[in-house]
Amino acid sequence: MLYDFSILTSKIHEWLFAHCSPAMALLLEYVIIGTCVIGLCVFLGVSFVYMERKVAAFMQIRLGPNRVGPKGLLQAVADVVKLLLKEGIIPQASDKFLFNLAPFIVMMVAMLALAPIPFALGLQMYDINIGVFYISAVSSISVIGILMAGWASNSKYSLLGAMRSGAQIVSYELSAGLSIIAIVALAGSMSMNDIVESQRTGWWIFKGHIPAIIAFVIFIIAGTAELNRAPFDMAEAESELTAGFHTEYTGMRFAMFFLAEYVNMFTICAIGATLFLGGWMPFHIGQWEAFNHIMDFIPPIIWFFGKTFFLIFVIMWFRWTFPRLRIDQLLTLEWKYLMPISLANMILAALVVIMGWHF
Amino acid sequence: MRYLAIYIGTILRAINSLRKGMKLTGYYFTHHKEIVTHQYPENRKKMFIGDRFRGEVILTHDENNEHRCTGCSACEIACPNGTIRIISKFEIDPETQKKKKTIDEFVYHLGMCTFCNLCIVACPTDAIVMSKDFEHSMYDRKPLTKILNKRGSKLMKGVE
Repeated sequence: MLYDFSILTSKIHEWLFAHCSPAMALLLEYVIIGTCVIGLCVFLGVSFVYMERKVAAFMQIRLGPNRVGPKGLLQAVADVVKLLLKEGIIPQASDKFLFNLAPFIVMMVAMLALAPIPFALGLQMYDINIGVFYISAVSSISVIGILMAGWASNSKYSLLGAMRSGAQIVSYELSAGLSIIAIVALAGSMSMNDIVESQRTGWWIFKGHIPAIIAFVIFIIAGTAELNRAPFDMAEAESELTAGFHTEYTGMRFAMFFLAEYVNMFTICAIGATLFLGGWMPFHIGQWEAFNHIMDFIPPIIWFFGKTFFLIFVIMWFRWTFPRLRIDQLLTLEWKYLMPISLANMILAALVVIMGWHF
Repeated sequence: MRYLAIYIGTILRAINSLRKGMKLTGYYFTHHKEIVTHQYPENRKKMFIGDRFRGEVILTHDENNEHRCTGCSACEIACPNGTIRIISKFEIDPETQKKKKTIDEFVYHLGMCTFCNLCIVACPTDAIVMSKDFEHSMYDRKPLTKILNKRGSKLMKGVE
């Protein structure tokens, strides 16, 4: 197999265990993985900020950042430097311990959710047999960080934003989970690796036809809502709550929330790409041998990031097109529309699996 | 059954309207020709500014250094925040040997101006207009207090 990362990772593993004591080698492996994750998060944060601003600008018939660096490429870097140099103010009436803890919890959760995602063949941090379940479990911890931030700030805007965010994430978690279950039923496994492997002959969005397409649409909507992004930006709500749960945050603590939001966006889109669009699997069409071979030459990591960035673009497209929902409309959409549809879709998916109607 | 039809109809209409919105933004995203943003300091030479742009108040002078301001101070009264102050003087007309009111100084505090256009509307002789010049930033506020009538300028004949 071309481009197998497991050769590289196993070589590093063997080299470390040959040269150090087992405990030391394990520690070094953790350090390497941690560095890679932090590097990835920073890279994602910087590139998404640039991408978001450019996409927004073009959709609003503007030019976007174009002064710092060629085509404004260094604008995001300049923003990061600015945030690093800013003073971090802690409100006097706040609960100092929780106030400082909250951004770290949110960031930590965002990083934890990256663990079971297969970036390419053999490039996976933690291969557990319940990968999908793990991600949906871990990503709902972030609501605790948000509630903590809202409560500890001791500000009405923060608390309102945090409460809304709680209501929103708890309700949208359901339909996101149910749409994932449809794919789990089709693939017959919860392991991210097995799900990718089951799409060797074709992606689930094509193979699973109707239930997979409905599940994909619901997943994208629920995912956008879980990210607290516009059109579901009830937690931030610039027009009503100044900045929602991070109103009182400044400097690096604010940057943590900001970064966590973008890393979460990457995670949701990576899950979407893995479950529905075949993860790192190249695009194959049935019996077209020549075409399939050409597609195989494109490295899996490019396939994975290409699909993920496509989904991120779609979510940005939503953000800069759709009007915001009110909080009651938001809950109506979930409980009256997405929830019943995803329940019905789950039954449909079960039927498709039992009758073997998928390809 | 009827309820279900309404339910599905709502979903379909919602999807259709969202699709329309995404089609428009998608069109703008792919068609950069629609962008109307000006690249300001670079395009300074061939900048397009609309006719109704309000940069600052100027007193128009013709080639003989004559203006149309009679010193009636209608603009001073019309100004909501005291931006304009007209200091008038009496001159003896050389032809008729009569005393005549003319402006000594047309003082304009650009720093206080809100560009509301009321002075231009109030002017009975169309002496003042809004210019398109907008680069007014200064390190000191003294130059922002301007005297609009040029040195030695006279009232145009046949204006009063």
